Amino acid sequence: MTKKTLTGAESLIRCLEQKGVDIIFGYPGGAAIPIFDALVDSKIKLVLVRHEQGATHIADGYARATGKPGVVLVTSGPGATNTVTGIITANMDSVPMIVLCGQTITASLGKDAFQEADVFGITAPIVKHSYLVKDANDIPRIVEEAFHICNTGRPGPVLIDLPKDITGGPSTASTGNIEMDIPGYSFPTTGNKKDIQKLASFLKHSKRPLLLVGHGAEIAGASAEVKKLAETLNAPVVNTLIGKGTFPENHPLSLGMLGMHGTAYANKALARCDLIFSIGSRWDDRITPGKIERFCPDAIKLHIDIDPAEINKIVVPDASVVGDAKLVLQDLLPMIEKLNTKDWIKEVDQYKRKFPLTYKKTGGLKAQHVIDELYKLTKGDAIVTTDVGQHQMWAAQFFKTHKPRTWLSSGGAGTMGFGFPAAIGAQFGQPKETVIAIVGDGGFQMTAFELSTAAIHKLPLKIVVIDNKYLGMVRQWQQLFYDDRLSGVDLEGNPDFVKLAEAYGVKGFRIKRAADVRKVLAKALAYSDGPCLIHAEVIKEDNVFPMIPAGGTADEMIIDPPKIKLEKPKGST
Amino acid sequence: MTANLPLITRDTSHTISLLVANKPGVLLRISLIFSRRGFNIESLVVSPTLDGRFSRMTITAQGNPAILDQIIKQASKLVDVVHATEHRDQTAVQKELALIKVKITPENTSEVLQVVQHFKALTVDITAHSVIIQATGSTEKLDAMMEFLATYGIIELVRTGKIVMARGKEKT
Repeated sequence: MTKKTLTGAESLIRCLEQKGVDIIFGYPGGAAIPIFDALVDSKIKLVLVRHEQGATHIADGYARATGKPGVVLVTSGPGATNTVTGIITANMDSVPMIVLCGQTITASLGKDAFQEADVFGITAPIVKHSYLVKDANDIPRIVEEAFHICNTGRPGPVLIDLPKDITGGPSTASTGNIEMDIPGYSFPTTGNKKDIQKLASFLKHSKRPLLLVGHGAEIAGASAEVKKLAETLNAPVVNTLIGKGTFPENHPLSLGMLGMHGTAYANKALARCDLIFSIGSRWDDRITPGKIERFCPDAIKLHIDIDPAEINKIVVPDASVVGDAKLVLQDLLPMIEKLNTKDWIKEVDQYKRKFPLTYKKTGGLKAQHVIDELYKLTKGDAIVTTDVGQHQMWAAQFFKTHKPRTWLSSGGAGTMGFGFPAAIGAQFGQPKETVIAIVGDGGFQMTAFELSTAAIHKLPLKIVVIDNKYLGMVRQWQQLFYDDRLSGVDLEGNPDFVKLAEAYGVKGFRIKRAADVRKVLAKALAYSDGPCLIHAEVIKEDNVFPMIPAGGTADEMIIDPPKIKLEKPKGST
Repeated sequence: MTANLPLITRDTSHTISLLVANKPGVLLRISLIFSRRGFNIESLVVSPTLDGRFSRMTITAQGNPAILDQIIKQASKLVDVVHATEHRDQTAVQKELALIKVKITPENTSEVLQVVQHFKALTVDITAHSVIIQATGSTEKLDAMMEFLATYGIIELVRTGKIVMARGKEKT
């Protein structure tokens, strides 16, 4: 019996299976039909989304929650361009993702064929790497390379553009023993010994050290090493927004999130430290001032990053190591000793007591109250995803993250519409975990149609819509810096989110009064027959504090609502 | 405590050599890195190497040296870039070639030809009204020659842009 020749699409799917892919998030179209056809005979689960942007955020949430690449499958033209926001979101936050796009037949490329888009060109600046497949026999090699590239070194999205004649035509290349051909690709693993020794030497003399933990530490799986480092040095720890969870925020040495809306005590510590040690954080402009020379001017700066291009990009450190955070810390730990930080710990503990995160339970329903209660009811044992805006900052402040890969938020790109689909992906990846999407009324409406996807698959996730009927973060800026001239922020016309949920067959709960928060949330958390939505109608005008105006330093933090008009932030967005 | 970016210095000209995979899209990816950081590419030469899997790119660009360092790191990160380095005059031979079409009259033809000879250039085409001169050498030499020829009237100019090769044992 002769062996049946595979089509390009069949070869593709076989290679994906070999890479351990068990789920694909997709939306079909003409140019992608051969690939969807090949999926019929595959054990890979195909999840039909409602919009390609949704597919990318779902895949992103899946990847962040599991560490495995999320796989997206879309058609050409508009199908492919709809993935752009999801691709940049993954790229900015170093999330491994494979985006498979159908494409018009090779003979029609560049001829404005139906549903043709130069997606290779469109996405070139926002992918880690990309391919336009011109020969079906290249498929096994390209898949092998794409999976290797997307999830090694600094992870990121890889796009594969697949013309329909390639996926529909024969592919005779073997799908076993595949050799990669990427001589230009390498990634750092262990750090240079001398560089690590230099780091260690700086760590010997500090009186007020501060560890800054970023997403890179989470990706490296360096939780245990970071904890050991903090406890050995007896140094307080701050984390970035997407670094939440690598060092448990309920640990006595944790000061929580720093930066624009970080805790007052994290920022006070930042302003006072004599050494700041970034472990997988890229000194983003939400945590550093526009004029970088004003950032901790008297402190020693240390930096570990797996991406050599991050060293000296923003901060020029006194010592740096290029490498995987886990491996570098493993080498560093034997070189360090306990520091005499008694006074320093006393000082930061004072900040904690003096400037705690607070909110009032009176005067209407507060977003902070809802989030705080969620944290208390779950004891922090949940995967939380967020959208972007005020609710995101309140969630970052009040929902302490205890474990890695349980805080999923769009940090770099700041993508509204991310939170809910990311929760779908997280729930697919971690079916046994409690998954909570904390979203705003603005962002949720950008991708709310994925309620179908969540409902069909009976995912038991909780969607908490913090509805203040405003685009609250922009309104906050307009109030503080633009003379209260509100422009384009009133979300008048919001739907009744409970009814919206019910229309999709999703259970709805409503919270209107502060007195009901605990009761309703407990009911929702106990609900397990598919997804449920909690519509929290919070007070319209509340603002996020503490706040460091954009471009400012930790010294310029505003802890309470200001009584005077503030100057417009300079030098940053 | 020294952790401040070096003070912004003035823009300077730089020559970067890249060994890249001989694949479509490489040029696009590299030019995106330059343009994103506000670097203007002055010249770009792409040529084959001894190994058919790779191409050589030589780019000259104007910009801030601190940013250039970042650009080289970002270019090196690209999957299709095998390596990227900046070359300076001391460590590399740098040459370019120019074709210059110059106006001539019966009165000044011999004078122009003398200039050509002085710069060790060649005439590769000549008519009653114009001559095409082929010149090779350093960018500075070609600039000097152009300045000289400008007095006669340059009609057209094509320059290849700089190519470089590291001296001695060093790899380009």
